[in-house]
Amino acid sequence: MGNRAWQSELGGLADPAQYTAPLAVAASDGARLLGQLRSMLVIRHTEDQIGRLVVDGLARTPCHLGIGQEAVAVGVATRLRPTDRVFGNHRSHSHFLALGGSPSSLIAEVLGKAVGTSRGMGGSMHLFGRDFGFHGSVPIVGATIPIAVGAGLAAKLDGGDSIAVAFFGDGATEEGVFHESMNLAVVYGLPVLFVCENNLFSSHLDIEYRQPSDRIGRYAEAHRMGSLTVDGNDLLAVEAAADELVGAARRGAGPALLEAVTYRFRGHVGPNEDIDVGVHRRMEDVQAWKRRCPIRRLQDGLVAAGIATTAGLAALDQEVAAEVAEAVVLARRAGYPEPSALLDLVYAGPR
Amino acid sequence: MSTPTQPAGQEIGYGDAIREGFVHLLSRHRDVFAIGQGLWSPWYVGNSMTDLDKLFGKDRVIDTPVSELACTGAAVGAALCGYRPIVIHPRMDFMVLAADQIINQAAKWHHMLGGQATAPVTIRAIINRGGEQGAQHSQALHSWFAHVPGLRVVMPASVADARDLLVASVLCDDPVMYIDDRWLYERRAVLPAVVERPLAAEGPRVVRAGRDLTLVGAGYAAWLCEQAATFLAAADIDAEVIDVRVLNPFDPREIIASVARTGRLCVVDGGWRNAGWAAEVIASVTEALDPRALKAAPRRITLPDAPAPTSKPLEAAYYPDARRVADAARAILPERRTSP
Repeated sequence: MGNRAWQSELGGLADPAQYTAPLAVAASDGARLLGQLRSMLVIRHTEDQIGRLVVDGLARTPCHLGIGQEAVAVGVATRLRPTDRVFGNHRSHSHFLALGGSPSSLIAEVLGKAVGTSRGMGGSMHLFGRDFGFHGSVPIVGATIPIAVGAGLAAKLDGGDSIAVAFFGDGATEEGVFHESMNLAVVYGLPVLFVCENNLFSSHLDIEYRQPSDRIGRYAEAHRMGSLTVDGNDLLAVEAAADELVGAARRGAGPALLEAVTYRFRGHVGPNEDIDVGVHRRMEDVQAWKRRCPIRRLQDGLVAAGIATTAGLAALDQEVAAEVAEAVVLARRAGYPEPSALLDLVYAGPR
Repeated sequence: MSTPTQPAGQEIGYGDAIREGFVHLLSRHRDVFAIGQGLWSPWYVGNSMTDLDKLFGKDRVIDTPVSELACTGAAVGAALCGYRPIVIHPRMDFMVLAADQIINQAAKWHHMLGGQATAPVTIRAIINRGGEQGAQHSQALHSWFAHVPGLRVVMPASVADARDLLVASVLCDDPVMYIDDRWLYERRAVLPAVVERPLAAEGPRVVRAGRDLTLVGAGYAAWLCEQAATFLAAADIDAEVIDVRVLNPFDPREIIASVARTGRLCVVDGGWRNAGWAAEVIASVTEALDPRALKAAPRRITLPDAPAPTSKPLEAAYYPDARRVADAARAILPERRTSP
């Protein structure tokens, strides 16, 4: 079954040969940018370690890695507060870490350990960290989108200027609930930011076979909602868009959609590149997108602006790698949940 | 506009009692709100929510677009963020569209996030059938939902429970499906003042004591059991009737104890037979009792395994009534007791 309606609207944003230059960073933002780079490195190294745990057979829970997509989580998280309510999806290690979750609690969770961020009851796909605004992730595609709308409704009923955020992929925009949720949010004027990480693939299928266009932002137009479509591998572009849309939501301007175009370097689940699994996923595309790596572009920009030296960045990278390696050691040593957790946690109240 | 509540000491109907529950909750608890299709309409949910939007404002009694799944998800999301929403589904059939949020989300977040999050949302599902409405305007799907760990399921049969189980459901820290039945709206009673009781303390209850057999039902089926017991009493048969009230988590001890006394069990269910609620009751009782405690094989009276018809005579054949329940009960009693 071909897609007779297909027409790319993203143009260069979906072309890995473009947007590969060093980011044009301003020298005045040095400290903040180095902090953001550190956050992206924490995500990269943590997911890399999780991939190794899968290869080694130590992690069996399905692990969906977002390596290559780190700028989206960090760029949005930079504009959020712990009082905001953020919801993720099956591929949410990056959101959890960008908001302030620790690699050790994430890795312990992936290993099913009691000190994990979900007490060892969730694994990779069910993460939680309310202290820093991460209210939960689940793998049913699109499921947290209406939940975020409800969190936005709660925020509106509370008064104040907290917002809700839903992170989801381009596949989720093919679920009916995405459209129901956008409609609900706009009709009620709720402070919700819909963040679509458009990595151009569902689990295995190129968007070219799934939608008439690769531009998710068009759905915002249908729902009379503000939206911005940006290069998701450009930290500065993501942050600027988040700044505008988050600010508007805080001021009571209602919901908005942020579409960040990106690409995952790994397969849908697990650490492999999945060329053999994806339909239309080509090795030359993966290699080309790696040249558009969000971390490398930021690092090159920092060096070009004189904020950091190559040696300094290498030292930072090694420092983060060592921290994450230590987190793996701690997580592997930790114990599993007590057997009583199996039945005791079914209900919040007594049976 | 209606008065906030009915005057004390006056007999009220089942639908009024549901409304009294809403009035109590919305008056006393700032974290409660109601959301669902038809809440600003005078007829959508019978008389059970009349004028609540006028009394409590359209920000707390929210009518919605035609989006069962997103509206249920929004209620779950608000519940995860400190509220106690009640999401209303005027017909259980349409609620099937919201199944992901009920089964995969609300029921599981507490367990899979290590007890750190809970969604104290009440999902009100209305069984609305009969009147030649047919296959998609008729279903009683309580057995499906009672199967799901983490989702409490209640079915009020009495006027008092219509109000009090609603209050207990909403104040419970877990997600609860509250299932009421439009065929119960004609029941009437005088109710005492509301007392807030924990839902976990509620369970199956003997509503009529008897010696000869145990009749068990949930929701409308419990009322059928009570009516059948009256017919049986006229034939000098003394039936004990148990109203299940809480289907999940299910505590069968009251029913087991009753059958241990009577030796005979007849379960009435407003749902289908295969893999249905009646089977769960019979299994729970028979696996707990010595087979010698049973004087007859247990019997279940359910809908036939077919979608609801529209044609009048087929519809009459489809739904069991109290006479049919009484006849089925007689069939598991000794011959000598079949006529007075």
